Amino acid sequence: MKLTNRSRKTDKSPMTIAERLYLPAIASGLGTTIKHFFQKKPTIQYPEQKREFSPVFRGLHVLKRDEQGRERCTACGLCAVACPAEAITMIAGEREPGQEHLYREEKYAEVYEINMLRCIFCGLCEEACPKAAIFLQPDKIAPAFYERDEVIFGKDRLVEKMDDRASVGIEKYTGVKS
Amino acid sequence: MSHIKEIQPDVQIVPAQPQVKVEVGQALPEYINELTTLNLGPTHPATHGVFQNILQMDGEKIISGVPTIGYIHRAFEKIAENRPFYQITPLTDRLNYCSSPINNMGWHMTVEKLLGIEVPRRAQYIRVIAMELARISDHLICNGILGVDTGAFTGFLYLFQEREKIYDIYEEICGSRLTTNMGRIGGMERDFNERAEAKLRQFMKGFPAVMKEFEGLFNRNRIFMDRTVDVGPITAERAMNYGFTGPNLRAAGVDYDVRVMNPYSSYEDFEFEIPVGHNGDTYDRFMVRNQEIWQSYRIIEQALEKLPEGPYFADAPEYYLPPKKEVYRSMEALIYHFKIIMGEIDAPAGEVYHPVEGGNGELGFYLISDGGRTPYRLHFRRPCFIYYQAFPEMMVGTTLSDAIVIMSSLNVIAGELDA
Repeated sequence: MKLTNRSRKTDKSPMTIAERLYLPAIASGLGTTIKHFFQKKPTIQYPEQKREFSPVFRGLHVLKRDEQGRERCTACGLCAVACPAEAITMIAGEREPGQEHLYREEKYAEVYEINMLRCIFCGLCEEACPKAAIFLQPDKIAPAFYERDEVIFGKDRLVEKMDDRASVGIEKYTGVKS
Repeated sequence: MSHIKEIQPDVQIVPAQPQVKVEVGQALPEYINELTTLNLGPTHPATHGVFQNILQMDGEKIISGVPTIGYIHRAFEKIAENRPFYQITPLTDRLNYCSSPINNMGWHMTVEKLLGIEVPRRAQYIRVIAMELARISDHLICNGILGVDTGAFTGFLYLFQEREKIYDIYEEICGSRLTTNMGRIGGMERDFNERAEAKLRQFMKGFPAVMKEFEGLFNRNRIFMDRTVDVGPITAERAMNYGFTGPNLRAAGVDYDVRVMNPYSSYEDFEFEIPVGHNGDTYDRFMVRNQEIWQSYRIIEQALEKLPEGPYFADAPEYYLPPKKEVYRSMEALIYHFKIIMGEIDAPAGEVYHPVEGGNGELGFYLISDGGRTPYRLHFRRPCFIYYQAFPEMMVGTTLSDAIVIMSSLNVIAGELDA
């Protein structure tokens, strides 16, 4: 049936005598295989050699601190609302006097947990965050787990360490210095 | 311990039955016409995904087959009723996971149709590039695995190197490889950057040689043709009665393509042909997919050449997130940001249906909105669900090994079948 004038029949002509013989096909197939012996190997020897991730890759989450080392997260809960997998839970706390060097705003996340078994790494939490606090790192991927209780990442594993700052390209993305 | 001995019968090794020679006039032994019930799946190594088929076999011949569905049913249509529109995109990733960008874009276009958003041409062209890349990768997987099922593993491996490159391009565009979550309602999440373009151009340079090598290995190979020509044919009439679309319908000779019949996302700007087959057998499906890969390649070439300048998102502040820099600075942007993320945008009431040409057929989204913040009802028209209904009819009378080949050439993806 012809609905448009763009159609073109595919080739389905019967096999010629040369094609009916197995031998030429076997020879040309072997030729292809041997040709690939001498080409560059596409394999990556994984644990020793790692492929380069894209700068926008959505990897393991990090909770950023600002340039003075204060936590950026104010527990507004927008990431938990945006999460389609309902992986994020948090409990907000009020900053006490004397904690100004720890938390940027008067409200902070006392508990912040991401269930890594639920997380689908869609990146909507990063997009939702109005405080540039949560990012998906482009150079780290979520580790494998051996125990069930390792799966829920608390603040101890999410908040970035001061001696090991996460590189998320925050200036380029937000115009704010990390 | 004596009772255990009682229930354990003495194991007798039954010797294999000698081949029975049936003389004329002699009654057949009882087991000659006995049918065997075979469970093909749900975890059969030769099926690609969780499909169960309960087959009645006479020797190696299939007498009847009863397909079962629902092994990875995840109730996406029901989940979607409780989600704001932007959170449904990750669900569509998981329909046909071989070509998730097409599903993502189809969903965005459906919502844009409901909301009446006009997407700028640059975003439409980027979407075309992403969708055609997805079509190439989907067809590469299908044809490569068809080769594996007919006993040729080599072509599959060569093609998968190219698929990796396509996934690298996805990674540059959206940040993920398989479950892409690409694009946003009203455009793309970021512009088409130089890294993605460089990788795409590199892919375009190397791809024809690999594809020609693959075609040289398969197209006229005798073993492959013997295994596929006239295996599992379906007439155009039967195919249309079932509701076939996409490559499987085109293989039966009907040149129905949503991109031509009902253009979306600027497909009318591009020149491409619709390959059609002869009698809808496995070889035709293979050849139609091969030719479609070349046509998709042509479309990407044209889209790259004509990629217009301009914004990559629509001017729709109620639905498209404001830029992050504005969110930190201006009150108005922050309010819109909160409203969109909290899903507090009321969509107009109405019904829309938007079909896109998916990896293996017309992928439709039927969205009913009652004016609320979530869909009142959302239905995915999934082509795989329709192909799978025709599968029993196509496999009856063939052998078991042919049934595997037919199923793999229909390209039934479990995620799309069950949704």
